[in-house]
Amino acid sequence: MSNAATQKRAFSAVLWDYLTTVDHKKVGILYLMGGGFFFLLGGLEALIIRIQLIKPENDFITAGLYNEMITMHGTTMIFLAATPLLFGLMNYIMPLQIGARDVAFPFLNALGFWLFFSGGILLNCSWFLGGAPDAGWTAYAPLSIQSPGHGTDFYVMGLQLSGAGTLMSGINFLVTIVAMRAPGMTYMRMPLFTWTTFVTSVLTLFAFPALTVGLFLLMFDRMFGSAFFDVALGGNSVIWQHLFWIFGHPEVYILILPVFGVFSEVLPTFSKKRLFGYSAMVFATFLIAFLGFMVWAHHMFTVGLGPVANSIFAVATMAIAVPTGIKIFNWLFTMWGGSIVINSAMLWALAFIPSFTIGGMTGVMLGSNVADYQYHDSYFVVAHFHYVIVGGVVFGLFAACHYWWPKMFGRILHEGMGKLAFWTFFIGFHLTFFIQHFLGLMGMPRRYWVFLENQGLDTGNLISTIGAFFMTIGTIVFLINIVYTAVKGEKAPADPWDARTLEWTIPSPPPFYNFKQMPLVRGLDPLWIEKTEGNGKMTPAEPLDEIHMPNGSILPLIMTAGFFIASFGFIYQTDHKAWLIALYAGMAIAIGCMVIRSLKDDLGFHISKEELEREAD
Amino acid sequence: MTENTSTNKINSYQKEKNREEMRKQIITFALMIFFTMIAFFAVAMGISSMFVIPLILILAIVQVGFQFYYFMHMKDKGHEFPALLIFGGIWVTFLVGVTFVTIIWW
Ligand code: HEM
Ligand SMILES: [Cu+2]
Repeated sequence: MSNAATQKRAFSAVLWDYLTTVDHKKVGILYLMGGGFFFLLGGLEALIIRIQLIKPENDFITAGLYNEMITMHGTTMIFLAATPLLFGLMNYIMPLQIGARDVAFPFLNALGFWLFFSGGILLNCSWFLGGAPDAGWTAYAPLSIQSPGHGTDFYVMGLQLSGAGTLMSGINFLVTIVAMRAPGMTYMRMPLFTWTTFVTSVLTLFAFPALTVGLFLLMFDRMFGSAFFDVALGGNSVIWQHLFWIFGHPEVYILILPVFGVFSEVLPTFSKKRLFGYSAMVFATFLIAFLGFMVWAHHMFTVGLGPVANSIFAVATMAIAVPTGIKIFNWLFTMWGGSIVINSAMLWALAFIPSFTIGGMTGVMLGSNVADYQYHDSYFVVAHFHYVIVGGVVFGLFAACHYWWPKMFGRILHEGMGKLAFWTFFIGFHLTFFIQHFLGLMGMPRRYWVFLENQGLDTGNLISTIGAFFMTIGTIVFLINIVYTAVKGEKAPADPWDARTLEWTIPSPPPFYNFKQMPLVRGLDPLWIEKTEGNGKMTPAEPLDEIHMPNGSILPLIMTAGFFIASFGFIYQTDHKAWLIALYAGMAIAIGCMVIRSLKDDLGFHISKEELEREAD
Repeated sequence: MTENTSTNKINSYQKEKNREEMRKQIITFALMIFFTMIAFFAVAMGISSMFVIPLILILAIVQVGFQFYYFMHMKDKGHEFPALLIFGGIWVTFLVGVTFVTIIWW
């Protein structure tokens, strides 16, 4: 009985620890849990969409609910699942890869997570409060300014909150990488995952403000009577599309670049070879980011921008295929002649290459502005972006989970279940989306509630829905694997994969200060260098000494709660002015927290030398 | 601080560099005041605004450059990434501006 009591206390202690944490590893895990939760939610929505489309003229859900489903599926998957899952990985792994003890601004890091999470919760509150947003994940004006009810208001405020969180984390990663690398870790010795984290953060820094501006304009149009997008009052609705895609296209690279980094870690490790063409890979990453800002109008070819604008954006779009191709070939050459181990992480990586290449190829097809008049808003586009996002980003996330799970949680995911999950998901993925190319070419439009009988669309849609169930099974197997591993998984040593980079030089899971002594980095793949030329251990770059660590704080959570309350105030003050109280009260809480944070000195604490010596390696 | 000859040497080297740095700062500061004066006089003398507006804009850009490179030390080593980010930001903003002007508002 007393045992149960201590366990209970331990639970609330752990909970408090996570609510107040500023440790990049715990924030990373929070991001993974939050992102994972929304991934399941978005998956459920996808399943409902596919069930609705299983047969012609189905009425499993109503047309209105269908619109809410597709809107929330897209919004959830992009903003609340894929992005946070990647940011969680970057949070956890990147500081370990460069030999840092935390990110540059730990407080900001926690705040970023809570903002993202509260934004996601806010968005999903709409389900219970009169209906979710229903204007598509792109929320094109004028549909989005005319959409009745509060659904789209929740979209605006939810994304504003989570977007602010993402922007903060991006800035945090940038400063961390520029300022906190271990001795000897020059830029051109950084692992590719760190490089892609860096470039992703640059994209975040430049792209998210466009979304913020767009959302502000939409917010004022909907809540405060302005007319930025209202043509009747002299506004211009196309501006929303521009702002959205100035953000939106870089966002798809924010999603794909980190997983490019993941594969650039997984493939060399399991091929026992260094990454082929390291500097070309770095260069290609920058080139993709650079070009990624000059192509947004390829989402707007049919808007009527005119032939000159369309052609310029078409050429820029196709140019992106070049650096992407460089990467594909470098991965293939990395494996060439290596001694390849095929395990779950590697299976996801191997499956990624052809799947993503198909997506890139249809991308180039779509990038041809003349042809796009046929493809646009058809299922062909749906097939394209699922090939790049599922075949790229989701495969990458699974690979990363298998690869870094031992580091993050100290246990190795079960291989058998890993392979089972892979095969069911992989087969399901191609079943679902390959056929959609042809559905699109046969004229099936996207975002339609029903399709008619005997138009050659029946079988294709049935196959597609069956595939979705396969993917569901794969995901469930993966979840079971997580539970199984947590209970009786094999304990992981520090370096279970005989890997090459710094994160594998410290225990699994790492102590909260990461590195007892800063390692001295002697080249690219520092651990591998020590394995082949040294004694397999990193040489410390400093004598054992006190470590300075930041204190935890509950302020990020309270500040976020303030913004959360204020958001409700913003949304409902259009109905009744009394809601302005919520607005002001929420803002007062948030600003109060900021004032406290600014005025109260928090110098952190030191871990003494004796304590460090007592800890065994 | 303990004094010995080698730190003395470093100190005198550092002093020399500091003096050099100070001179540059003062020169840029003087130049910036000079540019500002030109701008004021150009307006005060009532020259055609066709000429004055571009002139002031150019002077402004040069001053921003001075600000970044001299006062905020972007000319020094170790500022490559801030420079990259600033120029990246300018580039993105420029692209957006050009597109909006040409294909939306023109
Ligand atoms: C070679 C690279 C790529 C090219 C040339 C390309 C091209 C295009 C084009 C032209 C469209 C617009 C089609 C239309 O609406 O008519 C499009 C849509 C889309 N692409 Fe790509 N793409 C590429 C890579 C990617 C990647 C890597 C991702 C994400 C990780 C991605 C995600 C998307 C999404 C989400 C949409 C649909 C947005 C919507 O309308 O809802 N693309 N792509
Ligand atoms: Cu795009």
